[in-house]
Amino acid sequence: MTAASALLQYVISGVTVGATYGLTALGFTVIYNTTEIINFAQGEFVMLGGMLAVFALRWGGVPLPLAVPLAVLIVTAVGVLVDRVTIRPMRGRSTLTLIIITIGMSILLRGGAMLLFGKDTFSLPAFSPGGPIEIGGATVLPQTLWVVGITLLTVAGMKVFFERTLSGKAMLACACDRKAASLMGIHVDSMVTLSFAFSALVGALGGVILAPITLTAYDVGILLGVKGFAACILGGLGNPFGAVVGGVILGVLESLGAGLVSSGYKDAVAFVILLGLLFVRPSGLFGASRAERV
Amino acid sequence: MHSKAIACLIALAVLAGAAATGAAAEPIRIGAIFSVTGPASFLGEPERNTVKMLEESINKGGGVLGRPVEIVVYDDETDATKAVTAVDRLLKKDRVVAVVGPSTSGSTLAIVPKIEEAKIPLVSCAAAKKIVDPVKKWVFKTPQSDELAVKRIYQYAAKNGIKKVAIITASDAFGAAGREELKALAADAGIAIVADEVYGPKDTDMTAQLTKIKGTDAQAIVCWGTNPGPAVIARNRVQLGIKTPLYMSHGVASPKFIELAGAANAEGILLPAGRLISEPQVPAGHPQKKILAGYIKDYETKFKQPVSTFGGYAYDAIMLLVQAIQTAKSAEPAAIRDALEKIKGYNATTGEFNFSEKDHNGLTEEAFVMVRITKGDWEMLK
Amino acid sequence: MGFRGGHNAGVLAFAVAAALVPFALPNDYYLTVLIVGGFHTILVIGLNLLMGYAGQVSLGHAAFYGLAAYTTGILTGTHQWPVPAGIAVALALSTAVAWLIAVPTLKLRGNYLAMGTLGFGIIVYIVFNEATSLTGGPSGFTGIPKLSFAGKVFSSDREYYYVVWGAVLLLLVLSQNLVRSRMGRALRAIHTSETAAAVLGVDTNRYKIFVFVLSAFYAAVAGVLYAHYVTFVSPGSFGFHTSVQLVTMVVLGGMASIWGAVLGALFLTFLPEALRAIENFDILVYGAILILCMMFLPGGLADGARKGWDAAAGLVRRGTHGAGAGKGGGR
Repeated sequence: MTAASALLQYVISGVTVGATYGLTALGFTVIYNTTEIINFAQGEFVMLGGMLAVFALRWGGVPLPLAVPLAVLIVTAVGVLVDRVTIRPMRGRSTLTLIIITIGMSILLRGGAMLLFGKDTFSLPAFSPGGPIEIGGATVLPQTLWVVGITLLTVAGMKVFFERTLSGKAMLACACDRKAASLMGIHVDSMVTLSFAFSALVGALGGVILAPITLTAYDVGILLGVKGFAACILGGLGNPFGAVVGGVILGVLESLGAGLVSSGYKDAVAFVILLGLLFVRPSGLFGASRAERV
Repeated sequence: MHSKAIACLIALAVLAGAAATGAAAEPIRIGAIFSVTGPASFLGEPERNTVKMLEESINKGGGVLGRPVEIVVYDDETDATKAVTAVDRLLKKDRVVAVVGPSTSGSTLAIVPKIEEAKIPLVSCAAAKKIVDPVKKWVFKTPQSDELAVKRIYQYAAKNGIKKVAIITASDAFGAAGREELKALAADAGIAIVADEVYGPKDTDMTAQLTKIKGTDAQAIVCWGTNPGPAVIARNRVQLGIKTPLYMSHGVASPKFIELAGAANAEGILLPAGRLISEPQVPAGHPQKKILAGYIKDYETKFKQPVSTFGGYAYDAIMLLVQAIQTAKSAEPAAIRDALEKIKGYNATTGEFNFSEKDHNGLTEEAFVMVRITKGDWEMLK
Repeated sequence: MGFRGGHNAGVLAFAVAAALVPFALPNDYYLTVLIVGGFHTILVIGLNLLMGYAGQVSLGHAAFYGLAAYTTGILTGTHQWPVPAGIAVALALSTAVAWLIAVPTLKLRGNYLAMGTLGFGIIVYIVFNEATSLTGGPSGFTGIPKLSFAGKVFSSDREYYYVVWGAVLLLLVLSQNLVRSRMGRALRAIHTSETAAAVLGVDTNRYKIFVFVLSAFYAAVAGVLYAHYVTFVSPGSFGFHTSVQLVTMVVLGGMASIWGAVLGALFLTFLPEALRAIENFDILVYGAILILCMMFLPGGLADGARKGWDAAAGLVRRGTHGAGAGKGGGR
């Protein structure tokens, strides 16, 4: 294997993993934009997406093409429920209080999944058959193409939604200034609910498309949550495009770190670079600087 | 109506009877700490199930020394600090006569000082050699030390002409202990380690590490970890078209591994394993045969899921304690400990235990057989 | 417990209560839980200074906790240093590292600061895991001696309880004096509006760094006490999960409330122990209790306890009128 093809392989691996981080980060961003909450349960949405698809397939005997949208739909409903039950009644409370509530919610969702599905790891069949494809000495799984494709489609869809639809513009308005948005006749509560539905959907989608490659279990959400959050910050909090790019960069950094530096310290390598970048650009790669406090 | 009333009366009588016998004999209380939740729950869950099952069957069979056995199980959530409070609860609140577990080496090492202070025997279900080396008076363990598994692999590899290996290990307690032994024992086996890679236990893609290994002249890859990491490695290896033989540790010796990796990706993988997973191929006359078959049947009927090697560790721990209590004719901690140390030639699910003053694990490499995964099943190698 | 006014009386009552508790316990197991609760209390009082008073989040405090525990563990265990020397170096090292980290990190704000500290925490955690020859790696590090000082070894749980809660009391009084000083006012000003505080001539950056380092020192104290109690350290005790739990304890107990820190730490230490009885469902109940507390106790446990106290006092005052006192309710 030549050095060039090894390098290509590192990048391909990094992009695949990075896409997961990116989709998780996208979910963070949507909720953050309407509420300023960092939703600690975001990783759990991703986990639920994968797990529900597995179990629709196993228990329900639902065929894969149906199990996938079904899982995504259920998780979206869970997202709405989370907002209605724990976030909406708490309107006006400090952001930190709401963040702790999402921590509680993540514990609850993880525990529920553990009781319902057990503690084992599961795999989901790939969306399309066929062996690995070779490109320049490196190999790609067909499922990776699904992952990259669906991630790109999601980002494009979000762009259209925010720029072309009334709801999307209303959500952006909430992000800029909630009070002003409310005065303009935007129903802020509905926008918050919508954002929870949206980020649950994006998260679940990520969980489902990745399960065939990465396997899934009730506790995969924790790590994804941390990495997704890091991706958000790297890209600049509040910028959906930045979130996805941040995710891919983080994934590639880890992969290159493992391949070229040391596999034991690969996450440390990625985080050292992330911190170094933050010290130079305190609001991420594409973030607008604005004053924030607890 | 009438029959219902009679049934009620019978039930009452049975209950009263149970209460009466319960009152007559004070139960022997054994404590257990397992990682039922958290990252090591794949160990703790079958262990908890196993001891609960044993508690039931022992008591159905009349208990030990005519006394019922009560096993108090606590979950340490795979957290060493929680294991410390759990063991204190067992020692000071529940006043147990012996403790089995914890599931992980970290938790075990964390509670050893408490155990030694309380002078209560501990039979750990964790693998690390450190637990019993140097020998601690009150501490025993049932799983084979990693050292034995590594020796088995190296023996087999050397026999097949392998001189250079690449190792890839998980950065958790299990993987790190394996890595240490792999490096320490290589020279003696005439094997050189040409790549030493690590992966995070929750990582989902190891193609980077394997790509690096692909660039070396390794004749075999040895992976040390527990699910799901090794399954991902098996998949990534096929994806990258690596033909180098892959050896795994006993940590993946469960049908779950083949399911996760996929039979096609797992084909040809070699590993040392206890006889539990390849029980059908254990010859009928083998001294472990009866106990293996019995445990598998009981467990699979009760829990409707396949047994794992890990549940076997807990099975052996409890049965060794029961054996010790019976030979000591006493349920006093010191008497149990002394009897435990004298157990010889005791066949259990993991192997034949021969404890002594110098050996509190009591197993040899004999406890392992090399198996190959063939068509989604285990094939025992000669 | 005087939640309002009479601070000194409150501290005194607390000290007496802490001193008497061991005599009222049904068995020594609770002593262990209280000792662990004491570690958490020290950590949370320190973190509350940073979060509650200075308004800066840290998602990496477990790193300082671990750094101190490992340092004293390695010095006294591997290198056979006397325990007090190990402790002194551990405290100094953790505090120095905190200062080095604080200078660039505290330039970050809000969630970026949270990420900065989180990243630091993860890096330290990885070093604990990977620097095997030094730390013992993922399976941990054994052979740390028990706490001893001038020939006296604190080996029994009861002795250790008094050491830990003595430290809690000392650090608690220190924090109280701090928040009531000029410094405390400056910190609150930073919390309310950093820009305004800066305009008024408060050297905001210096204060923030000071509190960050101080809270890391608290974490280090908890760390050395942990190491010489458990006599074993492993990376798992000092990871992201622990950092998040500490933040949760701060918020649940009540921001900017030292008594809240004590309540939050003890509550979340005892809750999982109490839930052991309902194995399997404990995680669900834990999550639900956390959510409900946050929803219905807006000011945290300390505020809830104060309102409960006031309501009870109101009931007593109204006495025979029998009309129910107003429920704590909204703000």
